[in-house]
Amino acid sequence: MDPFHPEVVAFCCRHCAYAAADLAGGKRQPYPAAIKIVELPCTGRIDVVNILHAFEDGADGVLIAGCLNGSCHYIKGNLYARQRLDYVHGLLGEIGLEAERARMINISAAMGVQFAELAGEHVETVRALGPSPLRRKIKQGEAA
Amino acid sequence: MSQGNAAAEPAEAARKSGGNLERALRQGHFAVTAELGPPRGWDAAFVRKKAQILKGWVDAANVTDNQAAVVHMSSIATGLLMIEEGLEPIIQMTCRDRNRLAMQSDLLGAAAHGVHNLLCLSGDHQSKGDHPGAKNVHDIDSIQLVAMVRAMRDENHYQNGRDIPGGGPRLFIGAAANPFADPAGMRPYRLRKKAQAGADFIQTQLVYDVPRFREFMKKVVDLGAHERVAILAGVGPLKSPGMARHLRLNVPGMAVPESLDARLEAAVKGIAGDDKTARSTAWREEGKRICVELIQEIREIEGVAGVHIMAIEWEEAVPEIVKAAGLRSGTQG
Amino acid sequence: MIVAEKKPLDAIARMLDGCGRVLAVGCGTCVTVCFSGGGKEVATLAASLRMKRRMEEGKPLEVTEAMVQRQCEWEYLEPLAEQIKEYDAVLSLGCGVGVQTLAERFPATRILPALDTLFMGLPSAQGVWEERCQGCGACVLDKTGGICPVSRCAKQLFNGPCGGSQNGRCEVDAALPCAWHMIWERAEALGMTESLMAIEAPKDWATSRDGGPRRMVRDDLRLPAEQGQEGGE
Repeated sequence: MDPFHPEVVAFCCRHCAYAAADLAGGKRQPYPAAIKIVELPCTGRIDVVNILHAFEDGADGVLIAGCLNGSCHYIKGNLYARQRLDYVHGLLGEIGLEAERARMINISAAMGVQFAELAGEHVETVRALGPSPLRRKIKQGEAA
Repeated sequence: MSQGNAAAEPAEAARKSGGNLERALRQGHFAVTAELGPPRGWDAAFVRKKAQILKGWVDAANVTDNQAAVVHMSSIATGLLMIEEGLEPIIQMTCRDRNRLAMQSDLLGAAAHGVHNLLCLSGDHQSKGDHPGAKNVHDIDSIQLVAMVRAMRDENHYQNGRDIPGGGPRLFIGAAANPFADPAGMRPYRLRKKAQAGADFIQTQLVYDVPRFREFMKKVVDLGAHERVAILAGVGPLKSPGMARHLRLNVPGMAVPESLDARLEAAVKGIAGDDKTARSTAWREEGKRICVELIQEIREIEGVAGVHIMAIEWEEAVPEIVKAAGLRSGTQG
Repeated sequence: MIVAEKKPLDAIARMLDGCGRVLAVGCGTCVTVCFSGGGKEVATLAASLRMKRRMEEGKPLEVTEAMVQRQCEWEYLEPLAEQIKEYDAVLSLGCGVGVQTLAERFPATRILPALDTLFMGLPSAQGVWEERCQGCGACVLDKTGGICPVSRCAKQLFNGPCGGSQNGRCEVDAALPCAWHMIWERAEALGMTESLMAIEAPKDWATSRDGGPRRMVRDDLRLPAEQGQEGGE
């Protein structure tokens, strides 16, 4: 038995990924229960500190799911999100967390199946990395 | 080469420095200077050996000042060893490493030891050298340095305007010019500015592109700057096509025509690719031939008063080039 | 504006070794607009430090976030006066002036710098800041077409470009424009190249940092009592 149940916070754009997740549900295409979706008006809304707070509060992974390149409802929001994620990757390295725990994917609202596949892939990446060391330490901290 | 007219030479007292270089230029000789790179350690024998190679073939030799912003033996100290060997030094001084106090005191000391020539430079930026974390000085710039030394010599005062006890150091003042750097339009004026500041001679960056140099010199002559300052064109033997490429691509402000790479390549035709020694020798021979040809072409350009031969870590090439170009027979000192 | 950037996280964490409670104070002026010491950067740094401390399993770190409008004036620091006593250290996300103003106002508290202060400059493109002034104390921009040879020429030349200028770029870094190339082109465009022919005399650096730490006094603005205290009247 694998006692580790990863938790991945998925920041999903309303115009694509959030709808794709919905579609996957409608088609009874399962995606991992580990995925906890946060709906955004656009991935361009995401800020560096939002991603950090997800990790600080115990997430094992973060997924940012935005529109296909060139299809952002606000023109460049998904590109800004990608740049901010690059910046976060640097910060995670400084903090001592694996950069692979945070990933961005680009999909359309019609790509329910792909959403489920890519989300599942990221969950497996996170599972392979093991629980966030922060999560482990939150528990220790609480116990102390 | 033309013989000096002794009658035209001013009395010793009227001369600025009492050095060979000034004498040669005043006598209307086509001046020849070379470059002696000080060692990275404190080996005096290294300097003496290089000085012996150049002695008799040049009017004076530059001593670089922490060239490429890499620590070397002090240019003045190296120059003193050269004087002992009978080779007249042209002390290079950069504005990078000294403020006006250090410059003036070093020049007083150099003059006391018999130094006659100074070349005033901005200096390569320390970020390119071996102490990139060093603080640079740039208290004054190279033109201000020229003007300061001229006033020390001709007006006997320090940069602050106060009298120098016993008078200022008798230095023949040089400056550099790069005909190939940008902004191209400003370069001839900058040379003139150096002449106006008091430079007695100019040494240029390495010239490989003669048509461009000729164009530059035409503007300099039109400005009349060549009448105020003796211009020595920089030349140097290429060691390989790789060196030509390196100069062209990696050294800012260098113009090296690609035809020279082709000439060097042609020189090793028929030599086995793995015979590195033979290839290197063939390249170097061709490099010296090119250098001699450049000197002969440059010599004909109006306003050129001499050549400055830069054979970096290859001082042995200088006598051969000087002889082949018909500039010296090797007996002068 | 004064431009600064965050120090490496590890360097900041090492300053805080042994601290349990830290107040991270941002500044709402220059460092907010250059995105190094505003509210978001305070929150990002606070979260990063808390996580880093947890990863290192030291004494837990509590980081409280705070902002002041301007760290470089004592008056703006007053709102911190009460709470500051509760912390082992204050981490300033202000420029070097902000850090020192905090240290002068709160001498009993350890004040630590989270930023490296870089220069006075401007945002030349989104996300890019460039130096424009070194505060030499004797402005020469009237002579150089509004382009500063002190801050923008790597060798601080006053009489034209060095031999390393090529294609308008500086020999130090091809990403940098050659200041003298720009000065020349500006002079050509304005028909003022003649003004660059005069030899500029050595600069008097006494007005710059070389004259020692600087001070400016406007007697007309001072409080009469303070003037008297200096024994001038």
